Amino acid sequence: MEKSGPRHWALLAFFGLFVIFLYGPTSTIMILSFQGPDGGLTFPMRGVSMRWFANLFEAQMVGDFGGSLTRSLSLALVVMGLTVLISLSAGLAFRRKFFGATVLFYLTISSLIVPSILISLGIGLMFNEADIQPSWYTSALGAHLTWTLPFGVLIMFAVFNRFDHRLEEAARDLGASPWQSLRFVVLPLIAPSLVGVGLFGFSLSYDEFARTLLTAGSDNTLPLEIFAMTTNATTPVLYALGTLTTLFSLGIVVGVTVLALAMRRRARVA
Amino acid sequence: MPPDIAIPDVTTAAPKGAVVTGRTESPALAAIMPYLQSLPLWIVLAIFLAIPICMIVVASFWDDQATGMVPSFIWDNYRDALGEWVTWNTYLQTIRYAVIVWALTLGIGFTVAYVLAFHIRSSLWQMVLFQVCAIPFLTSNVIRMISWIPFLGRNGLANQFLMDLGITDHPLEFLLYSPFAVCLAFVHLYTLFMVVPIFNTMMRIDRALVEAARDAGAGPIEVMRHVIIPLSLPGISIGTIFVVTLVMGDFITVQMMSGGQSASVGLIIKNAMSLLQYPEASAQAVVLLLTVLLMVGSILRVIDIRKEL
Repeated sequence: MEKSGPRHWALLAFFGLFVIFLYGPTSTIMILSFQGPDGGLTFPMRGVSMRWFANLFEAQMVGDFGGSLTRSLSLALVVMGLTVLISLSAGLAFRRKFFGATVLFYLTISSLIVPSILISLGIGLMFNEADIQPSWYTSALGAHLTWTLPFGVLIMFAVFNRFDHRLEEAARDLGASPWQSLRFVVLPLIAPSLVGVGLFGFSLSYDEFARTLLTAGSDNTLPLEIFAMTTNATTPVLYALGTLTTLFSLGIVVGVTVLALAMRRRARVA
Repeated sequence: MPPDIAIPDVTTAAPKGAVVTGRTESPALAAIMPYLQSLPLWIVLAIFLAIPICMIVVASFWDDQATGMVPSFIWDNYRDALGEWVTWNTYLQTIRYAVIVWALTLGIGFTVAYVLAFHIRSSLWQMVLFQVCAIPFLTSNVIRMISWIPFLGRNGLANQFLMDLGITDHPLEFLLYSPFAVCLAFVHLYTLFMVVPIFNTMMRIDRALVEAARDAGAGPIEVMRHVIIPLSLPGISIGTIFVVTLVMGDFITVQMMSGGQSASVGLIIKNAMSLLQYPEASAQAVVLLLTVLLMVGSILRVIDIRKEL
């Protein structure tokens, strides 16, 4: 394609505007979270302070920030682990033909397409009929997995479609057992992708709102806590919380990406 | 990401049968292996997807009494749900949101993916900019919605800007808490779901085809119309499915960004659930599910996306 001329620059400008559109609002609340003590939810800035961050850690100011953060983190870690294991396992299964493979594939895709409100309602009904109290570590965990697993399985599909099967044949020819070829050939090669699947699982769960709202039972996760705050918070403490949790998410994303790149480099050197 | 690793030279390996120390998989085990490996996925999807959806369908026929649900087989919930003009009106509103947001995300998403795929020279920059577009997907939707308050609020940046320019002399109330804000938030949240699949398909377009078209005398518009758009259709349809299903089932964006002034089908279901009117919520949910499946089905009829995987 032509890489110069007004059309090229117009397209690049459009792209730049899109990035501003994507990041602008979030950056704004990050700035506003440093509002001075008398500042409000909008510009202008009335001084600069850390007051609203300090506010977060005073227990009575915002509901149950510590508790909801702990719950969200634990839930996200469990979802991450399960997503990696189940997606990897299913990805290995889908490399061969087996009875029901097509049904399972379409079930996985449906999980992506069925509106989240239906998952919430269905799980709520099921727990109701079984007379079990919904909670963040049972019903919400299941609800989150219906969202993270399709992404995990589709990533594994893509990974194994591009996997060079001659490597495994070579391992087998050299006398490796199926377990050995998985452990020493396949896993090291797909490790960066598995890290990616884990990252997806963690982030999608940590920030999930729609599927948690009606399945979390009596204890709030962090996104629910933030949502509850939006209805009654009139101070930038809301922005401070948003800033902290966004930075936390971004920190995880960057950290994990660096880890995956390092692993990929090591795999290449080995 | 394809692992680019040197293929070990198999021909120099020991001749077959020379040293076979490895145990080969027994045929019986090999036969049941895929079933064992896919079992966890089956279990999770059965318990948290298939059974719940079946429950919804069953409960939609149950009787809603003051004491709770009573198993029965009545059509009252559907009659109540579909008999009211409010429901139809809400469906129209939701579909209107879906169409508007689809058109906007498609336009923006396609252009962004096109720039990434065809107008960024180095593959490193391509990956970096792709990540830049994809990272917000991994941050909280609720916070991304909240972050519009300082822009669109009564004293927000947009109003100040408009007043400074003298376009209006009083703050515009309709910016936040309006259908406009709902659409804006949807586009903000979901354009990525267009960019990613379209970019993915565009990267697989053979550049020689574009060259050939230009050699044959096609201008930029013809190349776009006859080469790039047709070959990007699978990505476009995957993005469309994402955006349409997300908007059709949404309740939170509409509730937050319209300030309770606008309705959506998801919101009807959510409100019925909050009031513990499960059978009514279920009947609405079944209608919503059928609507969404109909939409997805018609997209899949037009474009086969299976070869995309």
